[in-house]
Amino acid sequence: MNQLISTSPLSLPSRAPVAATEATVSTFGHDPWWLILGKVVAVFVFLVLITLFLIWAERRIVARMQQRLGPNRTGPFGLGQGLADGIKLALKEEIIPAMADKPVYFIAPIVATIPAFLAFAVIPVGGVVSIFGHVTALQVTDLPVAVLFILACSSFGVYGIVLGGWASGSTYPLLGALRSAAQVISYEVSLALALVPIFLYAGSLSTSEIVAAQNRFWFVFLVPSFVIYMVSAVGETNRAPFDLPEAEGELVGGFHTEYSSLKFALFFLAEYINMTTVSAVATTLFLGGWHAPFLLSRVPVLNSGWFGLVWFTLKLLTVLFGFIWLRGTLPRLRYDQFMRLGWKLLIPASLVWLLLVAAMRTLVVEDVNLRRNLVPVGIVFVVLLLLVSFWPSSKKPDRDGEGEDGHPEIAVGNRAFPVPVLPGEQTDPTLAPREVTRA
Amino acid sequence: MEKTAVGSLSQLTVGVGAGDMATADMVLNIGPQHPATHGVLRIALTLDGERIVRAQPIIGYMHRGAEKLFEARDYRQILVLANRHDWLSAFSNELGVAMAVERMLGLEVPARAIWARTLLAELNRVLNHLMFLGAYPLEMGAITPIFYAFTEREVLQAVMEEISGGRVHYMFNRIGGLKEDLPAGWLDRVDDAIAAVRRRLPDFDRLIRGNEIFQARTRGVGVLAAETVLAYGASGPVARASGVDFDLRRDEPYLAYAELDVPVVTRSDGDCYARFEVLLDQVAASLGLAGTCAQRLRDLPPGPINVRLPKIVKAPEGETYTWTENPLGINGYYLVSRGERTPWRLKLRTASFSNIQVLGELLPGCLVPDMVAILGSMFFVVGDIDK
Amino acid sequence: MTKVPGKGLVEGLGVTLKALTRRSVTQQYPDVEPELPPRSRGVIALLEENCTVCMLCARECPDWCIYIDSHKETLPAPEGGRARVRNVLDRFAIDFSLCMYCGICIEVCPFDALFWTPEFAYAEGDIGDLTHERDRLREWMWTVPEPPALDPGAEPAKEVTAAQKAQQPPPVQQARQAPARPARPSRSAGVAADRPEVDPPAGDSS
Repeated sequence: MNQLISTSPLSLPSRAPVAATEATVSTFGHDPWWLILGKVVAVFVFLVLITLFLIWAERRIVARMQQRLGPNRTGPFGLGQGLADGIKLALKEEIIPAMADKPVYFIAPIVATIPAFLAFAVIPVGGVVSIFGHVTALQVTDLPVAVLFILACSSFGVYGIVLGGWASGSTYPLLGALRSAAQVISYEVSLALALVPIFLYAGSLSTSEIVAAQNRFWFVFLVPSFVIYMVSAVGETNRAPFDLPEAEGELVGGFHTEYSSLKFALFFLAEYINMTTVSAVATTLFLGGWHAPFLLSRVPVLNSGWFGLVWFTLKLLTVLFGFIWLRGTLPRLRYDQFMRLGWKLLIPASLVWLLLVAAMRTLVVEDVNLRRNLVPVGIVFVVLLLLVSFWPSSKKPDRDGEGEDGHPEIAVGNRAFPVPVLPGEQTDPTLAPREVTRA
Repeated sequence: MEKTAVGSLSQLTVGVGAGDMATADMVLNIGPQHPATHGVLRIALTLDGERIVRAQPIIGYMHRGAEKLFEARDYRQILVLANRHDWLSAFSNELGVAMAVERMLGLEVPARAIWARTLLAELNRVLNHLMFLGAYPLEMGAITPIFYAFTEREVLQAVMEEISGGRVHYMFNRIGGLKEDLPAGWLDRVDDAIAAVRRRLPDFDRLIRGNEIFQARTRGVGVLAAETVLAYGASGPVARASGVDFDLRRDEPYLAYAELDVPVVTRSDGDCYARFEVLLDQVAASLGLAGTCAQRLRDLPPGPINVRLPKIVKAPEGETYTWTENPLGINGYYLVSRGERTPWRLKLRTASFSNIQVLGELLPGCLVPDMVAILGSMFFVVGDIDK
Repeated sequence: MTKVPGKGLVEGLGVTLKALTRRSVTQQYPDVEPELPPRSRGVIALLEENCTVCMLCARECPDWCIYIDSHKETLPAPEGGRARVRNVLDRFAIDFSLCMYCGICIEVCPFDALFWTPEFAYAEGDIGDLTHERDRLREWMWTVPEPPALDPGAEPAKEVTAAQKAQQPPPVQQARQAPARPARPSRSAGVAADRPEVDPPAGDSS
């Protein structure tokens, strides 16, 4: 496959000029063991630090949006808040529900956390640098199918949520887990479809090569892809306004209602790392990865080596700010609306867009000037997309359905003088006061 | 479907339980402690997936026996208790009791007191509505509006505290008027506060009212028909959102409302969005009324703000029924006196109690997230339900 | 439905972004004390020198949170007179864990011995410590603010009218009579009017 890509005419123009600092799949696999270990540890530390920072940043930014100050007591500007929260959580009492399926209950948070970390292994955080004489890329590893690996990791993480919700043996977590499962299944599709145009342009599924392909222009000009990706990413990470699995107003805590102490902290960590990962993927695939922004990329020093790490982090934080901003502003969608958005809008839209891109791409290979036309086409497409998305549904909620499956209608007598069910009055045995406790 | 056998068991084995219980209904207890019920209201939901098959509001977790306590308190002490059952409209609650006793005594309340009461009642209405305008989006996942609402509440509460000394439980009504006169310059500060709240109201419009997600969540959800409103005796913003154009301030004016042009905000849709809009527009309307009252108070000739009464107030033997348009709806006070220092009976008819009864009608057929939207838009205070 | 789809969402995002640049309204409470209006009902102060142990406050309290103990003391008969019996306060305590902050006790006190003060920072780890005994209640007296001036449209406080009426004939005594008028003391301007003059009233009303 690698061979196929390198011989593909599509990826040739962007590769040629700065080949020295750009990594390709073939750059990897030559590091000594200590360097690999070092990179792994560095990525782990980076993610944990980003999470700690993110907890703080989210609370501060949302607070400022609400005209509050946010945490400002732990350390300078309250920067220690993330750490303090973590320590507090770890020291808290662990309560395991009696009805929990213990092995699964234990494994679930771990299942949720590990893939979150794993996905970051293939994210290029910088260009090729020299560490103690070894020339290596700032990336743990790369695969010819690195993007698929990321998608696999992010969909694997949901098992943790589903298992956790199921194993808690309680109603709210179960509902949260069900929602989460449906959510990830639906949005995984549009998420992946939104990335296909990138593959068409980059001619590769390897993250480092996609970044290299963005040397001239970022793939963010594929606006519909970017919009669809970001919307799906928010859905995929269970963040507001798509935080249905943990909707605190409805499901109390959702899938982690029954979790406490360190296990809860793991879920929490997983959520934030997932958020970081999808932002890092957005940075890598759409925002030029570690490349310097716009004009600065003309300066060779700023566009290579360790500077890449700075640009990458800045871009990552910008995308993360978007997440926080959304959280501070928007209410939550209802479940069926959310599903409608995914299946009836995002997936068809990304399919149509994919068709367009493929067509354009074919044309571009023959006539380069057509590329300019893609941006206006994209903008028109986004407008159409939004138009469709907020078109009011003409379907009225049907209220007759519930009588069919054997349940009696609620005991309300005469419509003119309705008598609501009184606490003592049992209309259905399932409403009987609970005699058996959970013990 | 062996519901009798499985009924209680199915509650225990949710999630982990499998096999033959697969068809059992899931019973979800919303409350007594649940974020969406702000208080201790419990709703037993029978779910089919996320669809609500049956809903049963269970009340009484906060019953404090207010009505019984009234029977052992003299009329001044009753005001202390009366402003506590609906803690968001404390002033209006005191007012109703005071008006009932004044009517029994045949007291003429001085003009200054009437206008000041009207002003304070309207400010209290704004305070109450702002609370729900913030809390309602919060339940739907928008975490910011509540802080804007509280910022505005703070401005108004400062004004209320300056005159009454209390931020929530004003205890400022007395039989025959108000406790004390207005502090100097207070009316100007009221105007400033009104202007400040007015300035921020467009933010609510932009942040919530115009928000497509919010509209998608609330439009056509929990539609309450006008007939149901009448059948259950729902009132206030909830009723007006269903097109029941009834507002005691206009239709049976008390205080100074007869001299004011009370704008009654109504909607005809009866859905959650209509209820929210009624509340939001009512804030603007009430601010206008409060501004007018403040101006009228300035123009009034100097005079007393209360009636000097003997130390011991005894309502003459008899009975009376007063009702007021509280922020949440109609509050009624049925006062029976045997000529003693304490009422023989003081029955409260509270708005929240009547309003939440509609839940049993509204919830079945909705989804769990709709339940949150409906619950938040019914605008109740649990203390007001349980008394 | 708005004309341009997504407009509402963008406007909402605009509101929060604008708020991000605005100053926060947070009050840094423990560092910066809030400014409370003089009428704020924070805690009840006792001017025990004014107290005659008439028990009105304790009886009028809706939740009976005022505890008063006293004993009788016979004053030695002055020249040519009878021996007088007076009440001596042994204990005066308010249980603030029960208090509903209604202010009825202050209102009914015929001798202006109780006052509101806006002090509020007296939370305790032990509920028992919320019962403030007489010395603690007396200490709060130092924090009692002057009542606010009244609106121009207000009737002058009746202590003021009484004082003005009494001003003409006996020029010395009036100030002392003013606070001791029992009828229905609306405390409002009373404190301001009499405090500067009647501050050391020790044995005066007892």
